[in-house]
Amino acid sequence: MVEMVFRPYAGAFEKFAAGNPDILCLSADLTSSCEIDGFRDRYPDQFLSLGMAEQNMMSFAGGLGLAGFRPFIHTFGVFMYRRPYDQLMTSVAYPRRRVRLMGFLPGITTPGGMTHQSIEDIGIMRSIPNMTILETGDATEVESICEAADSIDGPVWSRVLRGSVPRLFDTPIKVGEIRELSEGDDVLVATSGICTEEAMRARAAFAKAGISIRHLHLHTIKPFDSRALLDHIGSVKHGVVTLENHVTEGGVGSLVAETMADAGVGKRLIRLGLKDTYAHGGSRPYLMKHYGLDASALVRGIEDLMGQDFNITEDDLAAARFDDVHSLVKAEAL
Amino acid sequence: MRNEKSTEEVALGIRRRVFEHAMHNNGGYLSQACSAAEQLAWLYNEELKLGEPTLPMIPKPFRGVPSSSNLEYHTGAGYNGPFEPQFDRLIIAPAHYALVAYATLIEVGRMAPEGLEMFNKDGSSVEMIGAEHSPGMEVHNGTLGIGLSTASGLAYGRRLRGEHGRTWVFMSDGEVQEGQTWEAVQACAHHGIDNVMAIMDVNNQQCDGAMSSVMDVGDIRAKFINFGATCMEIDGHDIGAMREAAKEPHEGRPLIILARTSPFNTMSILKERFPKLHYVRFTDEKERARFNTSIAADLGIDPVDYAH
Repeated sequence: MVEMVFRPYAGAFEKFAAGNPDILCLSADLTSSCEIDGFRDRYPDQFLSLGMAEQNMMSFAGGLGLAGFRPFIHTFGVFMYRRPYDQLMTSVAYPRRRVRLMGFLPGITTPGGMTHQSIEDIGIMRSIPNMTILETGDATEVESICEAADSIDGPVWSRVLRGSVPRLFDTPIKVGEIRELSEGDDVLVATSGICTEEAMRARAAFAKAGISIRHLHLHTIKPFDSRALLDHIGSVKHGVVTLENHVTEGGVGSLVAETMADAGVGKRLIRLGLKDTYAHGGSRPYLMKHYGLDASALVRGIEDLMGQDFNITEDDLAAARFDDVHSLVKAEAL
Repeated sequence: MRNEKSTEEVALGIRRRVFEHAMHNNGGYLSQACSAAEQLAWLYNEELKLGEPTLPMIPKPFRGVPSSSNLEYHTGAGYNGPFEPQFDRLIIAPAHYALVAYATLIEVGRMAPEGLEMFNKDGSSVEMIGAEHSPGMEVHNGTLGIGLSTASGLAYGRRLRGEHGRTWVFMSDGEVQEGQTWEAVQACAHHGIDNVMAIMDVNNQQCDGAMSSVMDVGDIRAKFINFGATCMEIDGHDIGAMREAAKEPHEGRPLIILARTSPFNTMSILKERFPKLHYVRFTDEKERARFNTSIAADLGIDPVDYAH
């Protein structure tokens, strides 16, 4: 049974930032929703409430960077790039300010619907020069995201999980490395974020069916070690399947496709994720199933790649974990 | 560093340089020199406490944009002196005033006149819309409305560091149409950021014409006060009034000085172009010659020999 960790970011950020005068904690009216309410209460001198005014917050953070500080901005991911995109570009990314953009509620991890779901952020961040992109997939990665982000001499976009988060890994994020979660030589599966847990559920079923899966987890999306990925692709027979909590354009699927095309790799690639669609509001399991981001979707993707039906059913997949939308670990149902 | 010229002389010198440049280039940001020369002259010649420039008098060519591999990169802020706790910083929010700002640097002895000859030339750092690597610039402000926020963050950070230097912003009135300006003022008021000061060129002009015709902004002094700033309103061509306004106590609040100006002050022939004054390009040689004669007379110099 997987260990569930309660609000891992809260403790991790406090441990990381407390007493470091160069680190400032910025919030845009989502303080408890981003698990920094305890930090606000215990370290008010390092906390800065900037209200529901993200355009100012982004340029203000750029100014703090100019003064030598390393601001950690906390809000829902969507609110950090859609409205203040110009300020993100001009005040943060271009001048390489050491601003750490901690984006909560990545993809469909919120029932808040289109306005709250950052489904295209990685595509946008990948196209911004000077930007580093990290994505957390478990509690250990959430616990190490602050150190990882703060090791970068420039702006960092981080997709952060909150609430009750499973622990899948026992080592912290090492920026630039790819986690190899299983060795195999039939199919390469590359996943990120919450989709990694889904792929882990599917792996056992495929092992039973005699298919060996090489499973990679990507926490560092930019800069990206394409050499290592190509080595993995070279060691599987049939091809690659990607699964991401993001639209399939611009994210991990695109990253893998570009890497393969640049190197002239002639293997098949199946890209799973949101297929040129917005999502709507609903529970995470419902949305993952409805939009094809779950273990079952991965099974179908691998079957498509192999041209075979392995008769893997829902029951064959390891027990799914269901979060209550109205869980007490969240400040509100968002 | 104090210039030996009077601020009035610096302002006249700025206008002469911008005029000469515009004549040679068949147009330019003439109106911005008309409205803003006193403000920039006063900032650089009197109000700002700046150290000696740290960059060469003749600007270096463009050396690339910031990246992890561009180790040579630096901004143009060195023309305003070193970053030291006791010195002031200046953010020039409307980057299209760059020509006027460059002329100011020359007049106060911070840049060589050759710098202006590099204006808008390919491969030059002296760009038409001031970039952060352009002389006197510290950040990009080409998208209007972001300067005050940047300055506020910088000022807040400097206060945390215990630095006594102030952060000044030169603004333009069109920026009050952007919501971000008001977000910045409310954030300053909320956090008591009073080491940020701004002087705004209120010339009532924007790219499409008179502001009242494009998007009327109403009583901006009342708005600034309601958002939590201390706001003074002065004749922007009256240097004495600037000196007095800057002395206004503003504890716990940003100080914003609205400098009401004329977009054709000292170049009366520009009235012919009203309300399209944002960038004045001459329509034909006849007009160019007529403007040359008229403005030269207004500025007390000979017409520019732009044929050579």
